[in-house]
Amino acid sequence: MISLKERFIEAFLFLCSLLTVLITLGIILILSSETIKFFSEVSIIEFFTETEWTPLFANKKFGILPLVCGTLLVTTIAILVALPLGLTIAVYLNEYANQKFTAVVKPLLEILAAIPTVVYGFFALTFVTPLLQRYIPNLSGFNALSAGLVMGVMIIPYISSLSEDALRAVPKSLREAAYGMGSTRLQTAFKVMVPAASSGIIVSVIMAISRAIGETMIVAIAAGQEPKLTLNPLTSLETITTYIVQVSMGDVPRNSIEYSTIFSAGITLFVFTFLLNNISFVIKRKYHQKYE
Amino acid sequence: MNSSQVNRIKDTAFKFFAIACTFFGLLVLAVLLYDILSKGLTRIDWDFIVNLPSRRAANAGIYTALLGMIWILILTVIIAFPIGIAAGIYLQEYGKKNRFANIIEINIANLAGVPSIIYGILGLELFGRILGLGNSILTGSLTLSLLVLPLIIVSTREAIKAVPSSIREAAYGLGATKWQTIYSIVLPSSFGGILTGLILAISRAVGETAPLIVIGALVYVPFAPTNPMDEFTVLTIQIFNWVTRPQAGFVTNAAAAIIILLLFTFMMNGIAVVLRNRYNKKTRF
Repeated sequence: MISLKERFIEAFLFLCSLLTVLITLGIILILSSETIKFFSEVSIIEFFTETEWTPLFANKKFGILPLVCGTLLVTTIAILVALPLGLTIAVYLNEYANQKFTAVVKPLLEILAAIPTVVYGFFALTFVTPLLQRYIPNLSGFNALSAGLVMGVMIIPYISSLSEDALRAVPKSLREAAYGMGSTRLQTAFKVMVPAASSGIIVSVIMAISRAIGETMIVAIAAGQEPKLTLNPLTSLETITTYIVQVSMGDVPRNSIEYSTIFSAGITLFVFTFLLNNISFVIKRKYHQKYE
Repeated sequence: MNSSQVNRIKDTAFKFFAIACTFFGLLVLAVLLYDILSKGLTRIDWDFIVNLPSRRAANAGIYTALLGMIWILILTVIIAFPIGIAAGIYLQEYGKKNRFANIIEINIANLAGVPSIIYGILGLELFGRILGLGNSILTGSLTLSLLVLPLIIVSTREAIKAVPSSIREAAYGLGATKWQTIYSIVLPSSFGGILTGLILAISRAVGETAPLIVIGALVYVPFAPTNPMDEFTVLTIQIFNWVTRPQAGFVTNAAAAIIILLLFTFMMNGIAVVLRNRYNKKTRF
């Protein structure tokens, strides 16, 4: 018979893990209830089709597109940096480098992911932007380019470490078979190992995209606060996250329509990352089943 | 040139390209650290640590921001650690088979990927408004606790998973109950792993800015906080505030404060690495 004390402890531990579900429910409830209030005053069609976002001005327009566009532009630049670099590093560490080299370099690269993002924001604004302005004279002081580049460097370890884990999980026999057929290391890496580890690599990229979309401080410091529907990385723009910071720093009265915009912006951000996280989780499950 | 020579040249070319990529990552890290040290190191002195914030860059210090950060950290540790470890134990030791545990597992993977600013919005409404805690230290700590919870749960589970079932069975064989086994066998032998996760969680909490801005942490706090209901600022917000000021003196201040912040971050991560290595060596069953 299980004693009362044992049952009590189990119940307590259970409640603690139940709390994580309540957090998710809390996020969804708060975001959606405030968003419903928002849509009672702003038409949902305007929200998705209007091309201007000016809730803080006298002439208010509530089109989320400029913020989404800004977010995706910075994310694209970041992934264009992080994916080739991260994947190349993962392949190199797994297929070429000796173990001692990997043991030293991998933790060093992971420092990149441990540095607080406010530090990267500082670096982008006060070092990378002035450096780029020497070569691109019409680059404005706040711009998507340097924010995206710096964010790309920050997420290199997300892709390189997770991809390397995926490559390492590929059974040795596959690599040996490729060598046995006379392949070079390069052929083995990109024609056998990378395809075999593709699901793990895709997961790493999706997590990196999700991380980049939700990143706040780099863009808040270095990319500016002007919502613009543009694909030009040289001008200032605004991301969803920066907008939320901008409203939080200002003195917008509660229960005003301006205030409720942070919830509609927040839920847009949440939906993006929620979808990406779930996709990566599904892929991860499938992939684990394949090799275990 | 036959195709096998071409392939060998391609192979070598890729090797050098890959070495260049690897060192590019490290180079950026080095440049970043050098840039910050060269801008801020001369600004750091005892006055900078103990001065209150000021509108004049040369007089401003990080005293209230440091105190705010320490308050936030201590409360976050007190709130998040027990809950996180308890949830980790439940998921790994009790609820392995049922469907509910499966839902929780998906949910935690999801929470780990929720942007930190969303936690800020949750904290603002739930703790700040509904529970009426305002923009106090307590609201900040509760918000950060939710943020680091998934991290603690996952690392606790990993650490517990590494304990072989043979020593559990030995405990059961001696007549220990489930909780006795967990408390006196499983937890002590996974202590190093759990601790590593906790330290990384602290490091994460130190570096967070966005959620604390959203819950309404102030940028200018001219008094030292004395209790959990006080308003506060933290080091990262102070840095953000200084970076966004146009005057050159504040950029120097920001760089100096970043040096202090990075000292914290690197110390935490260093301890975590050392712990992990020691723990990996010690606990070979």
